[in-house]
Amino acid sequence: MGQEFVQLSLTPMLIGILAAVACALPGNFLLLRRQALIGDAISHVVLPGIVVAFLFTGTVSAWPMMIGASLAAIFAVVLIEAIKRVGRVDAGAAMGVVFTAMFADGVLLLELSDTSSVHLDVEHALYGNLESLIWLAADGWGSLADWTALSEMPPQVGRLALVLALVSGFLFAFWKELTISTFDEGFALSLGIRARLIGFLLVVTTAVAAVAAFDAVGSIIVIAMFICPPASARLMTNGLGHQVAWSTLFAGASAILGYVLAGYAPLWLGAENSVSAAGMIATVSGFILGFACVLGPKRKRIGAAREV
Amino acid sequence: MKNVVRNRFEIVSEAGQLTRGEPDTSKALAIEGLTVAYGEKAAVFSLDADFAAGRMSAIVGPNGAGKSTLLKAALAIVPALSGTVRFFGLSIDQARGRVAYVPQRASVDWDFPARVVDVVMMGLYRTLGWFRFAGANERSRAMTCLQRVGMEDFAERQIGQLSGGQQQRVFLARALAQDADLYLLDEPLAGVDAATERTVMEVLKGLKSEGRAVVCVHHDLATVPAYFDDVLLINVRRIAAGPVGVVFTEANLQKAYGGRLAGTVAAPLPVGGH
Repeated sequence: MGQEFVQLSLTPMLIGILAAVACALPGNFLLLRRQALIGDAISHVVLPGIVVAFLFTGTVSAWPMMIGASLAAIFAVVLIEAIKRVGRVDAGAAMGVVFTAMFADGVLLLELSDTSSVHLDVEHALYGNLESLIWLAADGWGSLADWTALSEMPPQVGRLALVLALVSGFLFAFWKELTISTFDEGFALSLGIRARLIGFLLVVTTAVAAVAAFDAVGSIIVIAMFICPPASARLMTNGLGHQVAWSTLFAGASAILGYVLAGYAPLWLGAENSVSAAGMIATVSGFILGFACVLGPKRKRIGAAREV
Repeated sequence: MKNVVRNRFEIVSEAGQLTRGEPDTSKALAIEGLTVAYGEKAAVFSLDADFAAGRMSAIVGPNGAGKSTLLKAALAIVPALSGTVRFFGLSIDQARGRVAYVPQRASVDWDFPARVVDVVMMGLYRTLGWFRFAGANERSRAMTCLQRVGMEDFAERQIGQLSGGQQQRVFLARALAQDADLYLLDEPLAGVDAATERTVMEVLKGLKSEGRAVVCVHHDLATVPAYFDDVLLINVRRIAAGPVGVVFTEANLQKAYGGRLAGTVAAPLPVGGH
């Protein structure tokens, strides 16, 4: 059991947890700023970025993909801002236009270009390849202390750990600025906080998390994790720090539970094959949100009469 | 351009006390030639205004007259097209620590996950350095400010559970935590209960008696003479400015409000007879 688990399940689970938490953390602030859709937008526009990077380099190695995806994310953010200002439409509409159009372009590009030789297709973009990120060099828990075995780990583990550290570091370093400018931007500006720069850095951080997670787990988890764990967490508490903690817990729980259920639940139900772990993780996060809506201690605030 | 010059002339002739030249450090806030536009429409046009320390000043004018915009542009929250703004003779960036701003209560989402004391501690932001978070010291300072507005019993409440008047008091407490020399408040008495109105005015008068400057965007014409020393009447442009007894006249108000005054005033206006 130990060896098989470490070889086949440990790294996909770990990657799932890291990706989920890295997306859920900035998602807390996106949600409170009513920008939750930006995570959705970024995770979609990553696809054309990756395809273009592939067309330029002819490989699917990590760095060109990450750079292409990041450039696409930045391009999309700039385009959304431009459409908002020039077209005088609201942020949601601008995001909707940009991410659907760019995602569609990515699909067209994929179909037109010859990607048959490499592992690049729309399904991969949607649910990633979590189950295939196994650690064959491991021969049990002891491998975690063995450098040669560790170096054979899927590189996504290290990359996502780095990204998670970056995201946490950003939130920790700018906690006060993020909190004040999210709650009251005018007041933040009057204090000399560069609220718009903070807002931009939050989007950049979101993009970094989305791109790194997309590579490992696909866009479905990314979109779900930006929104579901923070939204569930908001229903559990009225404190921002506690909300972030709850969202981390929910993201981790979704990853673990989703992975296990994807592997075993269909077998329990009599089906032959397991289902997509990414799809199941996103589904679990949705169920957690559903439970929080029904059972969360702070759920009453929704729709509660507000004195004006 | 011609228009600008003509407008200037009118301002000078009407106010008759325009200041020019060296920045005056005795003025808490000195605004010259401020123009702000949203799109192609001027919200504030070529406006001059001075606010003195130790005085309570009201900014009065009809809806859309640019009252809030004036405060925001002075604080560089919204960009100005032209004009100079000096706080105690300093630029806004040099004077941030001496200026407290209270935005309109309705401008924020009170569903934000924070307790009353958390919001008040935001006023201590400038006293905290990098990677320093509010601790027991900040908490006790915030509690003192909450006591001054009669809200100490609500410190642990979620802000979404407060009434409008209580929210306004929390905003005032946050400004008190800033310990500023100039307080700029946007409609601090809008939609609050009578008890809150009394508390807010008491606190503001206390600030004034300590030699600080208080400037309020104010909507209730009836209370202007009772509450304020000076008044600035604006309607995009400056209409009149000076001590309430001198400039808060029927004629000036008609000029500021145009034909819309009739339904606005709840009580008889003092007619300037000084």
